[in-house]
Amino acid sequence: MNDILRGLAEAGQLVVTADADLVEITARSLQVSLGATIIASAIGLPFGAWLAVNRFRMRRTVIALLNALMGLPPVVVGLIVYVLFSRSGPLGVFGLLFTPTVMVIAQVIIITPIIASIAHQAIRELWADYHDLLISLNTTRGQRIKALLWDGRRALLTASLAGFGRAIGEVGAIMIVGGNIDHATRVLTTAIALETGKGDFALALALGFVLIALAIAVNLALHMLTRTEKDSRW
Amino acid sequence: MKLGAMLLSLSLLTPAAVGAEEMKMAVTTSFANSGLAEVLLPQIEADTGITVQLLIVGTGQALKLGEAGDVDAVLVHARAAEEAFVAAGHATHRREIMYNDFIIVGPSEDPAKAGAAETAAASLAAIAQAEATFVSRGDDSGTHKTEMALWNAAGVEPVGDWYKAVGAGMGAALNTASGLNAYILSDRASWLNFGNKGALALVFEGDPALFNQYAYLPVNPANHPHVKASAAATLETWLTSDTAKALIEGYTIDGQRLFTFNAVPQ
Amino acid sequence: MVSTILPLKLENVELRRGGRRILGPISLNLSGQGITIIMGPNGSGKTSLLRAMHGLERVRRGKVSWQSDIQTARAQQAFVFQTPIVMRRRVVDCIAYPLLLTGAARSVARKAAVEQAASVGLLDSVDLPAEVLSGGEKQKMALARALIRRPEVLFLDEPCANLDTKSMAEIEAILTAARDAGTRIVMSTHNVGQARRLADDVLFLWDGYLHEQGTKAQFFTATQTAEAKAHINGDLIP
Repeated sequence: MNDILRGLAEAGQLVVTADADLVEITARSLQVSLGATIIASAIGLPFGAWLAVNRFRMRRTVIALLNALMGLPPVVVGLIVYVLFSRSGPLGVFGLLFTPTVMVIAQVIIITPIIASIAHQAIRELWADYHDLLISLNTTRGQRIKALLWDGRRALLTASLAGFGRAIGEVGAIMIVGGNIDHATRVLTTAIALETGKGDFALALALGFVLIALAIAVNLALHMLTRTEKDSRW
Repeated sequence: MKLGAMLLSLSLLTPAAVGAEEMKMAVTTSFANSGLAEVLLPQIEADTGITVQLLIVGTGQALKLGEAGDVDAVLVHARAAEEAFVAAGHATHRREIMYNDFIIVGPSEDPAKAGAAETAAASLAAIAQAEATFVSRGDDSGTHKTEMALWNAAGVEPVGDWYKAVGAGMGAALNTASGLNAYILSDRASWLNFGNKGALALVFEGDPALFNQYAYLPVNPANHPHVKASAAATLETWLTSDTAKALIEGYTIDGQRLFTFNAVPQ
Repeated sequence: MVSTILPLKLENVELRRGGRRILGPISLNLSGQGITIIMGPNGSGKTSLLRAMHGLERVRRGKVSWQSDIQTARAQQAFVFQTPIVMRRRVVDCIAYPLLLTGAARSVARKAAVEQAASVGLLDSVDLPAEVLSGGEKQKMALARALIRRPEVLFLDEPCANLDTKSMAEIEAILTAARDAGTRIVMSTHNVGQARRLADDVLFLWDGYLHEQGTKAQFFTATQTAEAKAHINGDLIP
């Protein structure tokens, strides 16, 4: 309990004094995780919608696979990405190992299934509602997906935010592919792991509280920007 | 503050255009936890212009990174593994830099009477005899290899409920030992720097078998032409210089010196 | 308007679901002008027939053919469902949607939608989210949306089934106005009085078959089959 209180106090102090190291790793955390969320959304949202609207033979298998991929252990993804981008690996020539770029790549792999799966579920329900109307209006497949994506945008935002939540709190993959290098690839979660390992629980907790506050702030900001819950009926 | 962070993050996106050269070195958690790096790195940059990026991993992973050519040099403390590494051609040579020592840490009441032993091996034997909880790194690190050598010397095979192999770095293992109020083999530097000692205390020290040699291994550019061989060579020269000697031997925690410089000129 | 897609011909159209026959075989010819009312007890296949005519059901047995090619035919029809399908948008955007699909500019579509909303009495609600409308208002909105592209043929599946009398009267007025403007209307209802008010001709379904058909006068005053007579009387058909 003592550690938690000290952690809270230290978090407050770091934030109020705008501690330079804290600002740096927080900015990098946002950079990596927001970047990964944007890319993963660009892939996952349309794919989820496409999957909801199209009927093809392997569909049930693809959906089951997608849901299973949500449970991909991040550390396994990290290992695979490491092996691919290692200098001894097939993609080593790009020299991306131990950079924020490869951290984004690893996180995109981890969160795209989550975003696609939630998007698929939301769009599927909406499609069930709109089905007869959109067929009756003689819409093309592209027009249907557009209408579903636009009208379902609130649910899609939830999907993206779920992906973001997973990314911002992720540590296993980015530790391996990023290396937690000071002033280069250290982010909030890997810094927390490091300080915990050193036994400095107060600092680790402080960073943890900053991370939680950050996640809340991003969510709030997005909800305010999109004016959800403004005129709810109940 | 958020705007400031945004601007800072934008600047982080652009590649470092400062004249400094960068190289990557894999080091062990034991070395990193000692805090010595924070003293050495700024001086290295000031003297040589090299920004050394440290990857803090276990000994096994450090050597693997060197083998794959993902780092330019390796600094570990596992002599047999290092010599095999050089023999296999992954590093051009092995250069001893400094040593510190291992100690045995345990519950302050010392129920197994490990502190009364004559040698480190005997101390561990006492712990096994008493079946007192013992936390092992269990990760094939330099520390772990030393621990296994001691069990070997004591003629004891450590198995049983009392022996907990955690498979983690020095700090994490110390955390576990603290939580379990268990015995553990640790390097002195990590122990002194450790922030969560709980009811643990230093129980045994001083046996020459606990001698812990750190060596520098530059990755072989013949295998990996992209490796920053000249920067690695410059760093090696610095690490074996008088400046390094002064900083390393001047580094203390609670008034205790941690490392002894023992590099020989080439 | 001169129709380019009528006549619509159904030849031995049969619909099955799960091995059971739910409609047909039915053959009929839809042409001319005015309002055709499809009548029949519940389960007689009224909805299935409408959906088959409009192309919402895949017809595997028999043939549905329009005078024109299928693409032109699809573009010149509209359908109003028993429970209005409401998109999660503002009323004006719902009504404008069919125009946006054919490539109209947003401002043009919106303007036309406002006019259409006014013509069904929804001018005050154009900027509200469509979900907050009452049942009757939603159905009027659906009607406005269906009429905005000036379709040649308009299908309606029991549009007033869940509505109050006032809404029903308003919708009937809109339909007669559309009929007078030249739209061919095909509508099902179980309300005999409504059928009497609106029909120019009647298709009577029973047990999935086209049991009797005729002009309004023929069907209501010179009814031929016992089942049709019973239905008009409001009796349960044996």
